[in-house]
Amino acid sequence: MSRFAFHPRRFWAVVVKEFIQMRRDRLTFAMMVGIPLLQLILFGFAINLNPKHLPTAVLAADPGPFARTLLWALRTSDYFAVTRVVDTEAELRALLERGEVQFGVSIPVDFARRLLRGERPSLLLEADATDPAATGYALSALNTLVATVFDRDLKGLPPGLRATPGPVEVRVHRLYNPDIITQYNVVPGLLGVVLTMTMVIITALAITRERERGTMENLLSTPVRPAEVMLGKLVPYILVGYVQVGLILLAARVFFGVPMVGSVPLLLGAMLVFILANLAMGITFSTLARNQLQAVQMAFFFFLPNILLSGFMFPFRGMPDWAQVLGEVLPLTHFLRIVRGILLKGNGPAQIAPELWPIALFMVVMLTLAIKRYRQTLD
Amino acid sequence: MNPEWAIDVRGITKRFGRRTVVNNVALQVRRGEIYGFLGPNGSGKTTFLRMLCGLLTPDAGSGTCLGLDIRTRSAAIKERVGYLTQRFSFYEDLSLEENLDFVARLYGVPRRRAAVVRSLETLGLTARRRQLAGELSGGWKQRLALAACLIHQPELLLLDEPTAGVDPKARRDFWEELHRLAAAGITVLITTHYMDEAERCHRLAYIAYGNLLAHGPVAEVVRAAGLSTWEVSGPDLWSLAETLRRQPGVEQVVPFGSTLHVSGRDAAQLEAVAARWGEGAWTWQRIKPGLEDVFISLTETARDNWGP
Repeated sequence: MSRFAFHPRRFWAVVVKEFIQMRRDRLTFAMMVGIPLLQLILFGFAINLNPKHLPTAVLAADPGPFARTLLWALRTSDYFAVTRVVDTEAELRALLERGEVQFGVSIPVDFARRLLRGERPSLLLEADATDPAATGYALSALNTLVATVFDRDLKGLPPGLRATPGPVEVRVHRLYNPDIITQYNVVPGLLGVVLTMTMVIITALAITRERERGTMENLLSTPVRPAEVMLGKLVPYILVGYVQVGLILLAARVFFGVPMVGSVPLLLGAMLVFILANLAMGITFSTLARNQLQAVQMAFFFFLPNILLSGFMFPFRGMPDWAQVLGEVLPLTHFLRIVRGILLKGNGPAQIAPELWPIALFMVVMLTLAIKRYRQTLD
Repeated sequence: MNPEWAIDVRGITKRFGRRTVVNNVALQVRRGEIYGFLGPNGSGKTTFLRMLCGLLTPDAGSGTCLGLDIRTRSAAIKERVGYLTQRFSFYEDLSLEENLDFVARLYGVPRRRAAVVRSLETLGLTARRRQLAGELSGGWKQRLALAACLIHQPELLLLDEPTAGVDPKARRDFWEELHRLAAAGITVLITTHYMDEAERCHRLAYIAYGNLLAHGPVAEVVRAAGLSTWEVSGPDLWSLAETLRRQPGVEQVVPFGSTLHVSGRDAAQLEAVAARWGEGAWTWQRIKPGLEDVFISLTETARDNWGP
């Protein structure tokens, strides 16, 4: 089909042209560097919220009646939703790494025996603290809960045997971000936000500008094909995206001391898919918009849900179901999990793969739509 | 399919909404010919050109451009046609050289760099090659546009009002270039509003409100219009013009400098009018109608599809 026809020579002609135009367009260039810097300053502080029903995995090494009581109490509390019951420590850790659960509760082997003896057995709670806002309230809720949950079970015991201050000691391990530093969560997130914002707007303007300046008529009268124009326009901005990434990563390291546990090359690789997805979105907008103003409006319209529903500003699990469904469609949602996963948790390819393919899918759908929407005539 | 024709189309129709912009137009242009395409503003000239090079799809009609079906082979047609748009449509933020280089790459011109240098030389743009296109004056922009249209050595040039707003000297140079190209075998279809340019064409067609009203060599178009024209000179021509317009047989009265051109298709009636007013202070002289007289007459009588 001629619409998807592709010739490297014509594609390259468009690439060269776009590079020259980009070099001459100082304002756009300044914007591409200015936006990440501005955002870094603006989002120094995050907004906290109080998410509930956080997925929790329970490892019950002592499956006695007390464990059942505890499980029941967790289930009926607003903060925890026991989604998995696992048998091994490794399983629990894997669930946390993949971000499938926010908390892991471990009930030790001799929990019941020590509880009855009043020895204050410890209950281990591991929390995925990459997003501190998501865990804070839940942790304090657990302490209150544990203090009273066994009251009925222990009623028969003489008061002397009851331990003060409480029957169980709750030990909390905040994983990945033990000092609960908000910036650890926000700054890597900014990487995705900045890319979404600039990539979409810049490319949204790309084709509308040609139409508005009248150069489209000329372009259409040459043998150049849609795919060549689209991809030719994307390439220079991939480079711009990486410049922004470099800037933010540098700031993350130097100013905010964000740990980089995982592989940075892996992050840069995953980023390519994300950048392409956003560029494809922008190109699609530019085939829909009649003029540059409309293109910018569309880009902002897209930007808003990205900021609000992706888990950047508010903990993803704090959102209502419908919002989560919407959020799952957005590339930024998945990218945030990838970037936080790699930088803070040290995730490898296996753990990020489930988040990468939705972004890739989004990209393919958008690019196809853009090529289909691109009008080869002025009709 | 006659290989002699560079353009051979018939029944070409284009509607935008309920308005028919090009109505059942047939046109044949020989190879190596300069063909003028004339008509008032909004008469469908640009739309017609755009259909020839695949920028618009005709709603009806068929035909070939350089022997290729305009409906199905537009990609191949684009490779061999140079289209100069009415509005300057190259990149103002690229230099002349960069613009030409971009176009040359798109068309896959062999030995591209040499071609760009040659093209700059031919049109006398070498000294300005690093200047941004946006900084050029109208005449120079036009030269750049023409150079860009020619860089892939097209067989057919479609030029949409290439000389609008260009000074007389530059216009004459431009036309010399066109005749040189035509002599080299390139076919040129050009739209214009200038009568002197129309007369430089080998053949021409006149289109008004979407309808093709006349076509052929200049002399033939004038003859076919069947117009008689009288030149009137004398005092107070302005009020005379008002009176004459009401006379039977007078179809148009147009001031030409210090004279009036009175035209009509009914020669006998017009002669009677001339005889009646010729006795007064005015001198009446029968002249050969010019192209302009013919076109104004054609336009006036054509049904205006913009009206109610």
